[in-house]
Amino acid sequence: MNLTITEVLFFVLSAIALISGACVIFSRNPVYSVLYLIVTFFAIAGHYILLNAQFLAVVHIIVYAGAIMVLFLFVIMMLNLNKETEPHKPAWIKIAAVVAGGTLMLTLVGALKGADTIALKQPNDTQIGLVTRLGHVLFTDFIVPFEISSVLFLAAMVGAVMLGKKNIT
Amino acid sequence: MIQLAWLIPVLPLLGFAIIGLGGKKLSKGQISLVGCGSVLLAFLLSLGIFFQLHGQSEVVKVASWFATGRLSVDFSFLIDPLSVLFMLIITGVGFLIHLYSTGYMHDDDGYHRFFSYMNLFVFFMLLLVMGSNYILMFVGWEGVGLCSYLLIGFWFKNTEYNNAAKKAFIVNRIGDLGFLLGMILIYVTFKSLDFSVVFKGVHDNAYNQSIYNTIGILLFIGACGKSAQIPLYTWLPDAMAGPTPVSALIHAATMVTSGIYMITRSSVIFINAPVASEVVALIGVLTAVFAATIGLFQNDIKKVLAYSTVSQLGYMFLGLGVGAFTGGVFHVMTHAFFKALLFLCAGSVIHAMSGEQDIRRMGGLKKALPITHLTFLIGTLAISGLPPFSGFFSKDEILGHVYEHEGSGKLYWVLGVIGSMLTAFYMFRLYFLTFHGKFRGTHEQEHHLHESPKSMTVPLMILAGLAAVAGFLGIPNAHQHLLYNFLEPGYGYAKTWIEGPSHFGGEELKLMLIAIASAGAAIYLAFMIYRKNNVLPKEKEEDMPKIQRVIFHKYYVDEFYDAVIRKPLDWLSEMFYKFFELKFIDGIVNGIGSGVKWMGSMARYVQTGSIGFYLFAMSLAVMLIFMIKFF
Amino acid sequence: MSTMLLDAGHSAIQVIPISWYVTFSAVLFGMGVLGVLYRRNAIIILMCIEMMLNAVNLLLVAFSAQHSDPRAQVFVFFVMAVAAAEVAVGLAILMIIYRNTKTTDIDALNKLKG
Repeated sequence: MNLTITEVLFFVLSAIALISGACVIFSRNPVYSVLYLIVTFFAIAGHYILLNAQFLAVVHIIVYAGAIMVLFLFVIMMLNLNKETEPHKPAWIKIAAVVAGGTLMLTLVGALKGADTIALKQPNDTQIGLVTRLGHVLFTDFIVPFEISSVLFLAAMVGAVMLGKKNIT
Repeated sequence: MIQLAWLIPVLPLLGFAIIGLGGKKLSKGQISLVGCGSVLLAFLLSLGIFFQLHGQSEVVKVASWFATGRLSVDFSFLIDPLSVLFMLIITGVGFLIHLYSTGYMHDDDGYHRFFSYMNLFVFFMLLLVMGSNYILMFVGWEGVGLCSYLLIGFWFKNTEYNNAAKKAFIVNRIGDLGFLLGMILIYVTFKSLDFSVVFKGVHDNAYNQSIYNTIGILLFIGACGKSAQIPLYTWLPDAMAGPTPVSALIHAATMVTSGIYMITRSSVIFINAPVASEVVALIGVLTAVFAATIGLFQNDIKKVLAYSTVSQLGYMFLGLGVGAFTGGVFHVMTHAFFKALLFLCAGSVIHAMSGEQDIRRMGGLKKALPITHLTFLIGTLAISGLPPFSGFFSKDEILGHVYEHEGSGKLYWVLGVIGSMLTAFYMFRLYFLTFHGKFRGTHEQEHHLHESPKSMTVPLMILAGLAAVAGFLGIPNAHQHLLYNFLEPGYGYAKTWIEGPSHFGGEELKLMLIAIASAGAAIYLAFMIYRKNNVLPKEKEEDMPKIQRVIFHKYYVDEFYDAVIRKPLDWLSEMFYKFFELKFIDGIVNGIGSGVKWMGSMARYVQTGSIGFYLFAMSLAVMLIFMIKFF
Repeated sequence: MSTMLLDAGHSAIQVIPISWYVTFSAVLFGMGVLGVLYRRNAIIILMCIEMMLNAVNLLLVAFSAQHSDPRAQVFVFFVMAVAAAEVAVGLAILMIIYRNTKTTDIDALNKLKG
């Protein structure tokens, strides 16, 4: 087998992502699930770097592993969830879920396997993932969505605070 | 002037609109002016056209109504001798009756309603006789039926009167079905409903005679309904529930003669339809005798006159059936005069008797009502067929042609003479019981006995004069039969077949003398019974002999119809209601409702509330979409 | 090795066929669906939704590299932003539900039963 380094890295990162993904689902303790998910995110970030999407990789780590997962962890801690309080579904539902999920997976794979035949644009521009290039596109073509997303965050913030407040009745 | 013919029906229509809309806001004087004036103006216009007419036949087109594919119908009027004659009768007699009504209906609350309906009736009747195609005639036909209903049930607070009005309309409707089928057959055969086209079609083409016979019989069924022949005559005696001027105008002079008009107008068809003509004649003569027998024992003054009308209409149809179209029309004219006169006199008597209509309560009114008495006598003499009054000439003309009719002519003639005798008998019975002998009413009524006001007696006198002299229009002689000479050019294609005026020969003279003698004998008999011996009609039914009771109850025809036709129909409708309506149709409609509810109750199980189930469903759907899209 | 990683001139897409990325992304997505259906804890379900989003993001970046189109990466950027907002609000809602029902079990939220 004449694998290049890139291919090896691809396989390794994919394996890590998939295995820890499985552990997210099947782990009893929700805290462990969070930790496994963080591993998955790191693997995905590795993929981004492979594809030379440097900016996205960093942002991915910061936002997902740094902010979102921490949020999850906070909530789990606050609700004091652990292995004993974890609700379990009856066995048959679990089987059905596995079957459904698996079928969907296969369907997607089968549906998308023809993606190879799309013609590539030559020459391949590998610099598009760099910060300068991405920032350029972001702040010229997509300036409006960029600004609108700030409004989105405002709404989310207000919503979260409103929802999270304790009602003084 | 002829071009203004469209104005003639429009004037009464305007009268209807003005009085109808003005209603109680107008004074009685204004209503009378508009109501009578419109008809008078129409009469004057008709008179003008009459003088302008020299045997031609013109079509005055007002507007086109509709043109669909193969059928196009216009609002156009046919002005020819026949229609002008009828126009004169309708507007002339109509005007006199309107004048009479101003006196008769003076104290009635619905004065304005009455005159608006009467004007509407005159409009529709004119439409009927002036239309130049069968559809316009049918519009008028239906319209007069409607006005008849409105006017019979004029005093609508009385349920019995309303029932009588409904009966009239419904029985008319049965006849109308025959008319409609006849029209459809005419259209199918000739591809048009216009008179000129149809009659030309009959003349030019040799269709199968059975078609003409079928058309003729169907049209005659319509005529039976409108003109009260067997078996559709039962509505006319009940129609006496309406005010007397209504009975005079509609059920004596005009509406009931529309059947005669229709058949005379379609003479070309009947000439070529021997079977249909025979049916017309047979029914006519049977009705004439049948109704006369019923009239012998009736005690209501208006009912006697009603049955007499049915009987006289039978004579007219008898004449038409044997081809004596001129004779039939002649009798229409004279009948309009003397029957309207008789009805108006009856109204005058009823008015004087404060509403009493039973002749057993009358008697000796000669002194109190001189003018009414004299005019009534003239009318009675006319209807009995005594010369020189008009009834003699017209009835004799018909009977003369009947005698010459091949085949059953002689039999019909004998029946006709018998009917004539019965007519004379019961009319003079009526006369003697009403005006002679001792007064049999209450003291109250005796107090109020008075002659009617001028508005009522003047029309009586005019009509009496016409009833007396109108006969001279039809003296049996080729040159002097004015009416025949007038009508003859208008017969168009039927001219060569229509019977000419009777000849004043030996045979004719014999028949005439027999008729006069028989009528005279009947009058003498009536005199002996009711005047000399002062026999009165029985008060109670039990006193009558069996046969008389049956006849008194009109041979129980109404009860027969009730049992044979109405009860089964009621049962059928009840069955339909119970099964079709309640079980079937309601079942379907309710079933749909409960079906939807059931489906909803089934579908609500999808809403399990379990989020896990919803997620499942979502992923399943996505899978399905992918599968359908890509595989 | 480090130079190869930080070499701005190479992208894995030149070596690895796009179908591998598609397959991997599909499998990861399928695992996310599996997790949503499998677990009853609402928080774990939210996490699996994040996993699904990640799979999609990866695919987007792969296609962006293939077509040399930076706009897909901008799209990923926004997806991440929206995902963050969504998680914040979602967890806040979860908190309220926990306060009311004392559990994070999604089967406890069946009041809309027909």
